[in-house]
Amino acid sequence: MARKAVATKVKTQPNVPELTNEQELEAYREMLLIRRFEEKAGQMYGMGLIGGFCHLYIGQEAVVTGITMASEKGKDAQITGYRDHGHMLVMGLDPKGVMAELTGRSGGLSRGKGGSMHMFSNEHRFYGGNGIVGAQASLGTGLAFASKYKGDGSVSLAYFGDGAANQGQVYESFNMAKLWKLPVVFIIENNKYAMGTSIERSSATTDFSQRGASFDIPGEQVDGMDVRMVYDAAKRAIEHARSGNGPYILEMLTYRYRGHSMSDPAKYRSKDEVTKYRQERDPIEQVKARLLETGFATEESLKTLESEIRAIVTEAADFATNDPEPDAAELWTDITIEA
Amino acid sequence: MPQILMPALSPTMEEGKLSRWLVKVGDKVKSGDVLAEIETDKATMEVESVDEGVVTELLIAEGTEAVKVNTPIALVLAEGETAAAAPAAKTAPEPSEAPVVVAERAAEAAPAAASVPAAPKFEAQSDPDLPAGVEMVEMTVRQALNEAMAEELRRDKDVFVMGEEVAEYQGAYKVTQNLLQEFGPERIIDTPITEHGFAGLAVGAAFAGLKPIVEFMTWNFAMQAIDQIINSAAKQLYMSGGQVHAPMVFRGPNGVASRVGAQHSQDYSAWYSHVPGLTVIAPYSAADAKGLLKAAIRSPNPVVFLENEILYGSTGLVPQVEDFVLPIGKARIARKGADVTIVSFSMGMRYATQATEKLVAAGIDVELIDLRTLRPLDSDTVIESVKKTGRLVTVEEGWPQGGIGSELSARVMEQAFDYLDAPVIRVTGKDVPMPYAANLEKLALPNVDEVIAAVNAVTYRS
Ligand SMILES: Cc1ncc(C[n+]2csc(CCOP(=O)(O)OP(=O)(O)O)c2C)c(N)n1
Ligand SMILES: [Mg+2]
Repeated sequence: MARKAVATKVKTQPNVPELTNEQELEAYREMLLIRRFEEKAGQMYGMGLIGGFCHLYIGQEAVVTGITMASEKGKDAQITGYRDHGHMLVMGLDPKGVMAELTGRSGGLSRGKGGSMHMFSNEHRFYGGNGIVGAQASLGTGLAFASKYKGDGSVSLAYFGDGAANQGQVYESFNMAKLWKLPVVFIIENNKYAMGTSIERSSATTDFSQRGASFDIPGEQVDGMDVRMVYDAAKRAIEHARSGNGPYILEMLTYRYRGHSMSDPAKYRSKDEVTKYRQERDPIEQVKARLLETGFATEESLKTLESEIRAIVTEAADFATNDPEPDAAELWTDITIEA
Repeated sequence: MPQILMPALSPTMEEGKLSRWLVKVGDKVKSGDVLAEIETDKATMEVESVDEGVVTELLIAEGTEAVKVNTPIALVLAEGETAAAAPAAKTAPEPSEAPVVVAERAAEAAPAAASVPAAPKFEAQSDPDLPAGVEMVEMTVRQALNEAMAEELRRDKDVFVMGEEVAEYQGAYKVTQNLLQEFGPERIIDTPITEHGFAGLAVGAAFAGLKPIVEFMTWNFAMQAIDQIINSAAKQLYMSGGQVHAPMVFRGPNGVASRVGAQHSQDYSAWYSHVPGLTVIAPYSAADAKGLLKAAIRSPNPVVFLENEILYGSTGLVPQVEDFVLPIGKARIARKGADVTIVSFSMGMRYATQATEKLVAAGIDVELIDLRTLRPLDSDTVIESVKKTGRLVTVEEGWPQGGIGSELSARVMEQAFDYLDAPVIRVTGKDVPMPYAANLEKLALPNVDEVIAAVNAVTYRS
């Protein structure tokens, strides 16, 4: 008799979880930093200061912000694809170093050698910054393997897109993660499109939270535009993984406002769809409205915060514009380690 | 930042048409608002505002063609800001270092002992003679490839195209433009991002008699699928004792693109040329792109067809004859000469051609050969040439170790050792992963000066 595989479909709480006022403000600040940073990056790309591909995170800010707030910074590892600027900012990496990597300068996080898709930090336990769609699923599972092997109690947070969710190595990783009870949370950032392909055109089933069903990995579908929902689900998932229960899947329902990369005309979706998300679901506007409603912040205080953030971004942009390019000798370094 | 500049929307965009203003003078804008629409040959895109302010002037009229990137197109002033505060756009500094010349000398090697039966010799035909007065039409490499596929799709119902974004999006690099419209979704198929899976599926379909054209968005992503290309497609005929074969084409942009870093920028020519069972083609000109892609689609063998993103937009004359099919495995002598032989292919031909122009102007009679096919490799044409010139320089974007140049160098040594007047020099990409920084990327690539230096070295003029 064949037995049907059933994964526990954990329902997101009917009551919206509350964040403290301080947490709301922190989330607002982090998300606004990402937004303004990315807008500036887009502008600098247009000026020819950034080359190649440049994938902006605008619209998806609540995902990485909520997850990172629920994690242990400096202990839990994070890994993602090429849409990675926001991850680094929230993890506490210097915006100057991120922007200077985008412009390919010596003060960049990879000393100008990696570019927008390839940035890393051992200290902050950020493992990239990966250009090959789906690779981070296996790599992130490996980070969890090391955590279990060493018994250091850390959790690996592996982000990938709805498009990446169709790569074979994702399922190979799911199987091993469950088989060996590895502390990994798979975060599927479902922004409805992989380049110009909607999830309906690429996926036989579009409930990505259930993609672990045949491995019995629990999964949740989360409103990824609401940072409270993200935070709350991430707490549960990370706790599950940290206490030795193995992997967990969080499908984040989110949206990217901009094209896939800078050179995407975005003809595959309607203007109305984008406008609707921007006007009705914007992750930053949601928090802002609550902060003003509770009176924890005022228009005035938020304006001050906004100028602080603009100053940080401007400083990063200036640094990234004026910092020198790497020394020519760097061409031949970092290829192998002399033993 | 009151000045709004004409943005570059892709790494290669230099100018575009300002097709439409969506704001007028006096409008208040905030970040994210769409200001204008601009058009390039590839796409129409929107310019968004980054800051808040009021549109005080539109500097370029709507409908203006060929607006250069970074030209100020409008003034948007924030509260309390004046136009004088506009900072000029800075561009990346030019690299100051002189290019490094990679000039490795061919190492000594013992002649191979022939104890196994000799491989049968491959003989390619020459290019077909074109009828007198044939019309030549100028088109881009992109159009040439597109025409080749369209013609073969019309000719043979078993041919179909499959890959990421090939249909509705019209191709990530627009090579499959309009194919969906003409041939429909049964034959022009968008896949999920599952290279290993769809490459394997296509090989299976080829076993069963179909003739798939598999597009990889770039060859970098074919590394997910390389097992199916080599272990399944390339070896099938041999393993089955000649019973089952895979008549198909794997194609897409290969080689170095612009500023996309280590994982998105490398040359797979040598990798695939290593594999018996595969045919490997890497065209340079538009005519070769068309004639060889048509030949590849008709070939009963699995063909790895290596295009180049940077060459997609370059133009050339393509003969307008019915069924312009070129022979696989035949190099083309791009220029006849007597002093030195330069051999290259694909993007390398651009460096080689420019170097040849300069060298000829300096009085060196260069013979320039475009390999076009890398497997089977047309040694005969190269050997004949070297017997005449006594000197060989090879040019490629790939890494030096085990490269196409290494192979040519070995063959020339085996078959024309006594004719050589100088060691072969390989001009290649540097032996490093591709860096992102503009100055380092430039250094990592081969360049015209390196080719000239190599020719000077083999002709003892340096
Ligand atoms: C193996 C591989 N195939 C194809 C690509 C090209 N590519 C880059 S991003 C992308 C779309 C990915 O979409 P998704 O996973 O949904 O992530 P999103 O961009 O929406 O964040 C594709 C096809 C790649 N980088 N790697
Ligand atoms: Mg997506």
